[in-house]
Amino acid sequence: MTNGALRDRTPSVVVTDLRRAYGTKVVLEQLNLRIERGEFVVLLGESGCGKTTLLRALAGLDAIDGGRIEAPKRPAVVFQEHRLLPWDSLWRNVSLGMQGSDLRERAAAALTEVGLGDRLDDWPRNLSGGQAQRVALARALVQEPQLLLLDEPFAALDALTRIRMHTLVKELVARHQPGVLLVTHDVDEAIVLADRILVMRDGVIAFEHREIGQAPAAETRARLLAELGVVLDRRAA
Amino acid sequence: MSTFEQILASASSVPPREQFAPRRQPFTLGRRGLLAISWLAPIALIVAWETSAQFGWVSPQVLPAPSKVVRTAYRLATSGTLLTDLGVSLLRAATGFAIGGSIAFTLGVLVGFSRLAEALIDRSIQMIRAIPFLALLPLVIVWFGVGEGEKIFLVSLGVTFPIYINTTLGIRQVDPKLLELGRVQGLSRIQLIRRIILPGALPSILTGVRYSLATAWLALVVAETIGAQSGIGFLAMDAREFLRTDVVVLTIVIYALIGVVADAIARLLERRLLAWHPNYASTAR
Repeated sequence: MTNGALRDRTPSVVVTDLRRAYGTKVVLEQLNLRIERGEFVVLLGESGCGKTTLLRALAGLDAIDGGRIEAPKRPAVVFQEHRLLPWDSLWRNVSLGMQGSDLRERAAAALTEVGLGDRLDDWPRNLSGGQAQRVALARALVQEPQLLLLDEPFAALDALTRIRMHTLVKELVARHQPGVLLVTHDVDEAIVLADRILVMRDGVIAFEHREIGQAPAAETRARLLAELGVVLDRRAA
Repeated sequence: MSTFEQILASASSVPPREQFAPRRQPFTLGRRGLLAISWLAPIALIVAWETSAQFGWVSPQVLPAPSKVVRTAYRLATSGTLLTDLGVSLLRAATGFAIGGSIAFTLGVLVGFSRLAEALIDRSIQMIRAIPFLALLPLVIVWFGVGEGEKIFLVSLGVTFPIYINTTLGIRQVDPKLLELGRVQGLSRIQLIRRIILPGALPSILTGVRYSLATAWLALVVAETIGAQSGIGFLAMDAREFLRTDVVVLTIVIYALIGVVADAIARLLERRLLAWHPNYASTAR
């Protein structure tokens, strides 16, 4: 990517030798990760490989059993479900946890950014899945986080809405410049969004792909799928 | 032919006329039509009651005519003590509801939030709840005598359990994913309670309030039937002494009306406070 050189080279998060175990089952072992500000990192992996565990540890939601995480005090998180409070209007949802007096104005600005500036006083139940997820994005970005954690936020959306969301997220990240860690198992999503793709296997980062866009997408796709244990061409196997 | 074959044969011998009858537009009633029909039976019942009383088929001592009850209501309201008695009854219900409701809500919140409070309090409350609260009446009379204290205590007791149970239940049922979101958004404990837990528990709490209105009313009727010097129940027992069935029927109707009004108020409260909730939304955005 060409904007790499322009980027502010302070890290959003640095993870050193992270270890996480549930009882005797080790989920993360000797995991190292560094994400710069403005860098979009996508973490691919099969279900149960530990990618959500890593994200939750970075979010401060789960304790860790070893190693070190240097992360901002309050990273923003967007979950697979929108998690809007059904009893609060959209602007109240976006301003949840914010301090200060001009909450409505700031929430309005954030909602305008995601194309919902005319629905400040609407209820979440009147939103479509894509719209609700846009509000969740506005809620995450309104406080200008240094680190944005996305836990399969587009998995429940239909294909067309997902493509629109990809464009929106790219724009928003370019404007606000947080470090981003997106967890997904959608290889195409990773290729569209990422500056850097990590493949996780058995609690460690098993493969890293930096040169997005240099090889043809189909080639990158096949390589990533192979890393994930999906073989496309049976004859080649 | 076996029985099975006979059944098959009879099943296939549907008259052709019915099989090929032209499809008719099914007869449908509008909402207004159905509403009108739903009132037919009650009105017919009252008309039948009035007629049988007028023709002397039913003795007025057993069941006075509705018109007679209405006249009695007017007479008692203008010259008698009906309004004072009504006021006394309502005040007892309101006082009992306020006392029982606030105790129940406080306990419910404590137990909903704290496992320690649950361990300390919940079992005892559940044990007391197993007693039909009206069975405590003789004991309550021994404690408080026959007076205002006994009536208010009984109402409070009836109100306590529905509100307590639904408050703890509501708090426990708040979506843990929303609680996690609250942590991610950096809410303090107080903010978490105010912005997420109480609003999430509100539908359940209001259900408790509606139930408790019904039990409060029941408690009041029973309490007032025993040795009251004023109130609707007193009016009823006093009238019984003199075989004034019209007054007795009137008090029953008043109890019913107040119950209906209380329920309507509770439902209005639900619609206003839960406008965000799809199940309660009426015309809200």
